[in-house]
Amino acid sequence: MIVMEAYAILWADLMVLKRRIGRYLTTTLISPVLYLVAFGWGLGRGISVDGASYFEFVVPGIIALTAMNSSFNGAGTRLNVDRLYFKSFDECLMAPISHLSLLLGKAMIGVVRGLISSIAFVMVALLISPTFSIGPLFLVSLLITCLAFAFLGVLAALLARSHEDMATFGSLILLPMTFLGGTFFSVSQVPAALKLVLYALPLTHSSMCLRAAALDQSFPWVSLLAVGCFWLVFFIGCTLVLKRASV
Amino acid sequence: MHLMIKTEHLTKEYDSQKAVDDLDLQVDLGATFGFLGPNGAGKTTTIRILTTLTRPTSGRAWINGFDVVREATKVKGEFGVVQQHLSLNRELTVRENLDLHARLHHLDKAERSDRIDELLDYVDLLEYADHLIDMISGGMKRRVMIARALIHRPRLLILDEPTVGLDAQTRRRIWDLIRRMNSDGTTVFLTTHYIEEAEALCDRVGIIHQGHIISLGSPLELRRHLGLTTVELRNGGNNTEYRYFPDRTTAAKYVQTLPSSAENIVMRESNLEDVFVELTGRRVCE
Repeated sequence: MIVMEAYAILWADLMVLKRRIGRYLTTTLISPVLYLVAFGWGLGRGISVDGASYFEFVVPGIIALTAMNSSFNGAGTRLNVDRLYFKSFDECLMAPISHLSLLLGKAMIGVVRGLISSIAFVMVALLISPTFSIGPLFLVSLLITCLAFAFLGVLAALLARSHEDMATFGSLILLPMTFLGGTFFSVSQVPAALKLVLYALPLTHSSMCLRAAALDQSFPWVSLLAVGCFWLVFFIGCTLVLKRASV
Repeated sequence: MHLMIKTEHLTKEYDSQKAVDDLDLQVDLGATFGFLGPNGAGKTTTIRILTTLTRPTSGRAWINGFDVVREATKVKGEFGVVQQHLSLNRELTVRENLDLHARLHHLDKAERSDRIDELLDYVDLLEYADHLIDMISGGMKRRVMIARALIHRPRLLILDEPTVGLDAQTRRRIWDLIRRMNSDGTTVFLTTHYIEEAEALCDRVGIIHQGHIISLGSPLELRRHLGLTTVELRNGGNNTEYRYFPDRTTAAKYVQTLPSSAENIVMRESNLEDVFVELTGRRVCE
């Protein structure tokens, strides 16, 4: 029942995505490829981090930030538009489905978009340097990352009172994480105090999981658990906000 | 008598401001009920409570016997609603919008496509089924919203300002559609700013002012209460005085008593708008 209801909501968002998949794939690859060129090739040539070349080091980080941004925006922007611009979210609220189905359905489009974007980027990276191993642990880490950030996107969109609020949320939360979340440098290189701050960011744990899985290093299970916990927290947040919303 | 909508002491406060104040409302099964009131009288808040989007501060409301707070999921299957503002997903086609709604109401695949074709035919939009919402006119969008509201065969159709911003031709077309739905057995509850719309469509109207019902009855009953004949005295062009009389004879007698200098006297049948204005005050309130 819940699956069918959530799929009904996902279905509508998939139809929208299908209509613009070409454009979506092109635009979603632009920023990760730019990061790759600027940091991987431009800056990082000749540097090595934790025993890997900087290029090998940075690719999983870029995958993590791509997954984060695409899932967050994929779920958050869609819901924000539905809620505040099209006003079609009210129609979902008036349908005889549970809040759980509604949240799942709205988050799933973020997961789908996050997976499409990261996998497209993985393919580009593999074309350039086929040294990464894409195994089950990598895919599980990617999926949980997408889930966590898709729900964060839903949470932000439910809280937002305007389109600007979403942009503010992006600049305050996502942008710092993009650069600091273990993406472009190793967390082991920074001072202890900063390390603590960085471990409080979900993206740090995602980067660590994806990097360890891609480079066949020992897998940080605690970090995977941490991403899972963030997912749970964001999900509970969504449930509470949605309950409060019907006032 | 079985009631489609019932509210008891329904109250909604926003920051200690009462949007709906101790509202008691009863709408019979099969009626076309017009819910009238000036801007800010509490019409949309009442609809939001009836459609489960907003919770009342106190009091209760039932739709077809189901409590809108405690049995929200059941209530959601009983009504279809056409909101005041456009609430279609503009990145989907007409058919996709209807399909989404049908899926949310658990119609299975075969039933969905039959029902969508049937309704698109009903609102005369079959040939626009695969157009994106942005590609069709305002009147068509409104008809799509009506079709969407009807997909799950609700017993109650709630229309919040169904014809606002539409041209006269389209408005009449929507009126015909509303009459047809009502004769097919659907109870219709509508709010409108156009009093003549309520007069044309509704067998009963309720006038809401500052959160509560101040008058309830058929348009004729309400007019009779005020007087079936209106005399307008236009004093100097910028100030019109209205007087109401039970019939033309009494009105004519009154007109004869006016000084011969009085010009611009109009005697006509009273209408629901007279009732509305007399009851809710002549000043425009926002």
